[in-house]
Amino acid sequence: MNKKDIIICRCEDVSLADIHECLEAGYTTFEDLKRILRVGMGPCQGQTCSHLVQAEIAKYLNLNKEDVKFQKTRPLITGVVLEDIAKQARGEDDDQS
Amino acid sequence: MIKASIVIIGGGISGLSTAYNLAKAGMKDIYVIDKGYFTNGATGRCGAGVRQQWGTKLNCILARKSIEFFGRANEELSYHKDIEFKQEGYLILATTEDEDRQFRKNVELQNSLGIPTKKLTVEEALKIVPHLNPKSFISATFCNTDGHVNPFLMSEAYYFAARRLGVNFHFYEEVKEIIVEAGIIKKVISNKNEYLTNKVVNAAGGYAKEVGDMAGVEIPVFSENHEILVTEPTKAMQGPMVMSFSKNIYCQQVPHGSFLMGRSNPDALPSHDISSSWQFLDEMAKTVSDILPEVAKLRVIRTWGGSYNVSPDRQPIISDTSQLKGFYMACGFSGHGFMFAPITGELLTEIILEKELDDYAHDLHIDRFKENIITDYEHSVV
Ligand SMILES: Cc1cc2nc3c(=O)[nH]c(=O)nc-3n(C[C@H](O)[C@H](O)[C@H](O)COP(=O)(O)OP(=O)(O)OC[C@H]3O[C@@H](n4cnc5c(N)ncnc54)[C@H](O)[C@@H]3O)c2cc1C
Repeated sequence: MNKKDIIICRCEDVSLADIHECLEAGYTTFEDLKRILRVGMGPCQGQTCSHLVQAEIAKYLNLNKEDVKFQKTRPLITGVVLEDIAKQARGEDDDQS
Repeated sequence: MIKASIVIIGGGISGLSTAYNLAKAGMKDIYVIDKGYFTNGATGRCGAGVRQQWGTKLNCILARKSIEFFGRANEELSYHKDIEFKQEGYLILATTEDEDRQFRKNVELQNSLGIPTKKLTVEEALKIVPHLNPKSFISATFCNTDGHVNPFLMSEAYYFAARRLGVNFHFYEEVKEIIVEAGIIKKVISNKNEYLTNKVVNAAGGYAKEVGDMAGVEIPVFSENHEILVTEPTKAMQGPMVMSFSKNIYCQQVPHGSFLMGRSNPDALPSHDISSSWQFLDEMAKTVSDILPEVAKLRVIRTWGGSYNVSPDRQPIISDTSQLKGFYMACGFSGHGFMFAPITGELLTEIILEKELDDYAHDLHIDRFKENIITDYEHSVV
């Protein structure tokens, strides 16, 4: 299968070909790839692609997968509507009993 | 032992721009050392806004010159991608009479320097951003040539161009010591290498003070955590950056479709903290739902923090120093060093190569703080 058609990050539409190009350009950590490709920056925050990216980096650098660091986990765990946060912060959340 | 004609400490946008400009001017054996991954400092954490609507003459000039560069950056740097320069303006809201008065003065200053800012009524502002809450402000200013540049891609464009010109980059390497003997820089020592050099550029962002200390150079800057968030991407719905100093918010939709927004924490203390807090999320959510209720319907997916490196007058320090020959610095950007990077690199290169500087550039010298004479102060900041 063409590497351009293998999607690694669904949220940001990053293909295997994109990952390999970046590895070749010298970006060989998750944090580097993330900033150039946006891989792992979408709504799922890397929950789908992280392992795949980790495996590709390991293969490229000839390392064990467990020796390749993940990207930093940042808040939030899941997407939350800003207005809902604002309501709760103002103490206007009616659903709270 | 590596022989270097200059060692640039910090591979953020300031170090990258300086490296590129030095190499373009013909300098060889340039080394850029960065302790982390690509754009790990403030550059990769910033709000990606570029504007010329400033309150001091110096900041206005720096911004205008840099915006001119962004317009030709893809071409000049032969970038194979696109830095995503979007010029749909900054709309800055006045929410009090005092602010309205100040903005009149700002617009006058900006216009006198060739920046095409206009003062707008609420109705005029609503034509540009229809989903603004009309009750949240009393007037606005708008400059249609302000906008956005992608910090990762702008950095990469400089990085690739500098590499092609022969600049050496060492990432994941931390500078630990600068050896000075009899007033002359001798060596830079990192955790991996030793560099024989008598020139050092301090482009260490949030760590500029510490890098100054390594060489015995005192720099009156401190670092402060600034938090920011990004939403899920959505349809194009807001051209300009919307900003309010008094309400403490900046909020822009980037070409990718997501919104970036941030605010400052008035209680932040000087530190290297860059963590995220729930308090930020609460305050940010409240402010955005007041000013831009439509935007508040989006989901926030990630928050993070980064360091503002703050100078006493909230204007950058781009200079050499009488404290140590061969020591140069670009720091103290006070939260707006990304948009100034093109001119930062050009000016520092002129300083290093001992070229004649334009008059205004002398005001960027560190000596302005020597006797605590602060002539100007930038108030237009979030
Ligand atoms: C949340 C936030 C929003 C912002 N929004 C904007 C905006 O919209 N527009 C704008 O223009 N600016 C903005 N800024 C400010 C802007 O990000 C910075 O002014 C700019 O990126 C500074 O670039 P720099 O290269 O000087 O520093 P940095 O990008 O911080 O780079 C410094 C580098 O030095 C390295 N370093 C430090 N010490 C050492 C050492 N001992 N050895 C080796 N390497 C070292 C670090 O690893 C780092 O990569 C924002 C900042 C933040 C935090």
